[in-house]
Amino acid sequence: MIKLTNVFKAFPKGGLALKDVSFHIAKGEFVFLTGHSGAGKSTVLKLIYADEAVTSGEVRVSGFNLAELRPRDVPKLRRRLGIVFQDFRLLEDRTAEENVAFALEVTGARRASIPARVMRVLTQVGLAAKAQAYPRELSGGEQQRVAIARALVNEPTVLLADEPTGNLDERATRGVFQLLRDINASGTAVVMATHDLDLVRQAPYRVIELQEGALVYDSAVDERPDQAASP
Amino acid sequence: MNLVVREALLAFRRAPLLSTLSVTTIAFSLFVVGLFGLVAVNLQDALRGVAERVEIVAYLLPGTPIETITIAQKDVEAFPEVQSATYVSEDSALARAHAELVEFRDVLQELERNPLPASIEVKLKPRFRDVEHVNEVAERLRGFGFVDDVRFGRDWVEKLDRLRQVAAAVGLVVGAAFAVVAIIIIGTTIRMAVLQRSREIAIMRLVGATDGFIRRPFLLQGAIKGMLGGLVAVGLSFGAYTLINRWLLQASFFNREQAIAIVGFGMLIGLFGSAASVGRHLRRV
Repeated sequence: MIKLTNVFKAFPKGGLALKDVSFHIAKGEFVFLTGHSGAGKSTVLKLIYADEAVTSGEVRVSGFNLAELRPRDVPKLRRRLGIVFQDFRLLEDRTAEENVAFALEVTGARRASIPARVMRVLTQVGLAAKAQAYPRELSGGEQQRVAIARALVNEPTVLLADEPTGNLDERATRGVFQLLRDINASGTAVVMATHDLDLVRQAPYRVIELQEGALVYDSAVDERPDQAASP
Repeated sequence: MNLVVREALLAFRRAPLLSTLSVTTIAFSLFVVGLFGLVAVNLQDALRGVAERVEIVAYLLPGTPIETITIAQKDVEAFPEVQSATYVSEDSALARAHAELVEFRDVLQELERNPLPASIEVKLKPRFRDVEHVNEVAERLRGFGFVDDVRFGRDWVEKLDRLRQVAAAVGLVVGAAFAVVAIIIIGTTIRMAVLQRSREIAIMRLVGATDGFIRRPFLLQGAIKGMLGGLVAVGLSFGAYTLINRWLLQASFFNREQAIAIVGFGMLIGLFGSAASVGRHLRRV
């Protein structure tokens, strides 16, 4: 469903952000994208949601070949994806409910169907009681839940999460991570970029590790690096 | 309510200060344009008043039969340039001289015989009141056999013509300069409003909003701001006009079409200013 083949991405000022990266993520999978900051995790995600274009190689996402994607079709792709960021990116002057509803409104969803769908996802992320709160009235964990609700409301096939727990304390991190696992359990693929190795160890999911733009480890293909080291 | 309208109106509620500032800036820019417009309108009125007095007088040979004159008068009235042709008989010329030239009343009284010729006074339609057409009509009048002489104050008409050309040129240049300044100021104001919401635009794009969907509320908002600014500008101009009228001189105000043009101008700048700013953002984000 997401397939990168021999992807290279050059920085605008020279140098390579990604070097020959290839992997395939299947429907319903949970994948950790790990590596130090600057390793290329965010770049991979940006390529997937068509915020940036590859320099060479091929990216296919949910039936779209991104090299052939016209600018006006980018919104169609993004409506099939849910995207969550470290800094939440909520609209400050709208309530939680309005933030989530907004993602439906832009797709031209039927007006009458919106409130029920919004309440359903807010309930799913455990924030139904705070639907009327503004982002500034919510804790970091709660804001991230609103952002996740917004990402889910269009029923995406993949949820892309770029360091979703990066700004959260440990308790909120556990809560948000559990929520992402639940979402995955209900059938949505999750690609989570993180450098929180504790989190990665907690769960038996596939790990793709990047180092200076190169894919150095993919648990679906390679053995554990520490195991590989000892014969 | 339509989503576009709702989003556009929400922006006014969410950023009341910036919105008010935009509208005020637009209003004052257009007010300057409006003041200049008032000057132009009044200058034009004054020139029209002067041009009103452009008249060609054809003096008739004495003894021309009245039937001939009546037919000729009809002919002249049929000229495409002519608004009216009035026959002034010798007697009424004398009566008019009596009334208008008070100092000569005694002299006129003592005359044994009326020395004044009969004439046909020709007024041209407004758009023909320039040297070229006046000359043409005068030439045609000279063609009548019973016309002795034709007078129209050539110098005066030529001066009027030049004055009109200068006024038009100055008006065009100064008006264009004011309009450009207004466009720049309003464009910058609108751009600020868009910049303020660049984060929001980025988020809209992430959740899959099409460019058109993002653009439309901004366009509507820009148009509304421009229109409000235009209305305030017309109001301010009216205030200025009232003051001028009371304390300085008799002036005239815009007619309905001109007032609508100012408001429309504001609306268009608001619309295009928004389109340009949002367009730039959409390419970049």
